[in-house]
Amino acid sequence: MSALSRPARRVLVLTVLLGVCFCVPALLAPWLAPEDPMALDLMGSLTPPSWTHPLGQDEQGGDILSRLIYGARISLVVGLATVAVSASMGTAVGLLAGYAGGWTEQLAMRGVDVLLAFPGLLLAIGLVAVLGPGLGNVVIALSVLGWTGFARLVRGQVLTVKGLDYVQAATSLGAGHLRLMLRHILPNMMAPVLVQASFAIAGAILSEASLSFLGLGAPPGTPSWGAMLADGRNVLVEAPYVSIFPGLAIMLVVLGFNLLGDALADWLDPRRRDA
Amino acid sequence: MTYLVQRVLWTVPILLGVLTLVFFLLHLIPGDPVDMMLGEQALPADRAQMHAALGLDQPLGAQYLGYLERTVRGDLGQSFRQHRPVAALIAERMPATAELMLGAMVVALGVALPLGLLAALHHGRWVDQVASVFAVLGVATPNFWLGPLLILAFAIKLDWLPVNEMGGLNHLVLPSITLGTAMAALLSRMMRTALVEVLGEDYIRTARAKGLREHSVILVHALRNALIPVVTVIGLQVGALLSGAIITESIFDWPGLGTLLLGGIYGRDYPLVQGCILVIALTYVFVNLATDLAYGWIDPRIRRP
Repeated sequence: MSALSRPARRVLVLTVLLGVCFCVPALLAPWLAPEDPMALDLMGSLTPPSWTHPLGQDEQGGDILSRLIYGARISLVVGLATVAVSASMGTAVGLLAGYAGGWTEQLAMRGVDVLLAFPGLLLAIGLVAVLGPGLGNVVIALSVLGWTGFARLVRGQVLTVKGLDYVQAATSLGAGHLRLMLRHILPNMMAPVLVQASFAIAGAILSEASLSFLGLGAPPGTPSWGAMLADGRNVLVEAPYVSIFPGLAIMLVVLGFNLLGDALADWLDPRRRDA
Repeated sequence: MTYLVQRVLWTVPILLGVLTLVFFLLHLIPGDPVDMMLGEQALPADRAQMHAALGLDQPLGAQYLGYLERTVRGDLGQSFRQHRPVAALIAERMPATAELMLGAMVVALGVALPLGLLAALHHGRWVDQVASVFAVLGVATPNFWLGPLLILAFAIKLDWLPVNEMGGLNHLVLPSITLGTAMAALLSRMMRTALVEVLGEDYIRTARAKGLREHSVILVHALRNALIPVVTVIGLQVGALLSGAIITESIFDWPGLGTLLLGGIYGRDYPLVQGCILVIALTYVFVNLATDLAYGWIDPRIRRP
């Protein structure tokens, strides 16, 4: 532990914390959740936290702890799927645009500019409105905008790297375009892409929760954290705990991934660390 | 001048791209959009009328050109649920959204500028740490959680402020805090970082060596330069405010563009949805243009080739 630098220790601690508090419960939800998250128990409607229901019961009598644990699964899946699609697509477009230059670059980057003209969640809201609610459509809608950040980042990096001596050397040794891009340039992009991915997971989790809060994400009844918050609004006075716990969960997970992104940036970029 | 002209001209293809994307949004609906709006049991006559009203009976190219032409004239179509022009509905709701965004901006700047300034001046001390905690928590707190919590605390439990719908200035307080907190968090961090950097510059040392008072060193020399990156972030954050307003309006029943858009989505009133999305996106494009021009004005280095 002491052999690790301070930023590396922060990355390790945050990864372990996110793993233990978020990923493990999400993956092991069927074994960890004390009750069926979809079970109705109208007799127990709005029961405050107790030994049998540590976080209380919602309006339909659902166990809030179990729903939170299953909700972590939705957040994790949407977060990872969105970032997997966005990062692969954005990296491919950014790599091609930066390497090829000329019209390819202009076309790709102007496409990015047009998509970025839609503020925040707006395009995702519009897409989910026409595609219909559902977690698959949420991933599609969030990825449509999500890839642009990766494309801009990777293109910028490629422009810096492709002029470096080792790339010139590889070119003079006869390396083809594909080999240059995949073997020599792409590996240099991984660190900034990883940092961006951490922030993007936080963004995707928050966006999914926002869409589900508006009734445009998870189907009704699904234990998504955003939908749980929406349900909690109706019983805010008599049962504030229905809103408090899902909100706290969203905040802590988003905070965790944001801090992890910061720590990764410090760890992987020595210039930033020195500054 | 070249910078200004280039920047203004660059807006044209962006506008065209936005218009094109919004046009195709309706065509992404799986199956027939009219089935989605009227239901599959609708009478054939009603379906034909809706097809004609939406222009769906024409070839795609003609639909697109017609849409561009109408939009340029300010005709955003007809809301088929409210039976009124979409442009008129949007015009009615815009002032409420503008008021909410202005309130949020006042909250954000009112918190971020003094907090960022204090944190930079007490760099590494407890004030800086408190500001830092506020910054990370503020960005991570979902506004759809903060809003209900504020309602619970200040409207229901303490009964200090009213909730829901518009009214006097006191009706604006909770929605503005809900919408402005994330921006306040981000701007305070930007302000602090920019000011710490500027305070280490040679010209600040020179100003101090000349015997200038500390407050004029900070207010006259440091603050203006530290504000340059902050102005850019304010411009970019207007986008976050615009999309955050949709959620905030739904929490507080605020009669703005956000609730109009959501009403359109829930009622499957696609012309209304298209119109709202287009207007919000265009607003953002013009705010970005204004920010870039302001940036060029504050920092003359940008204007030089």
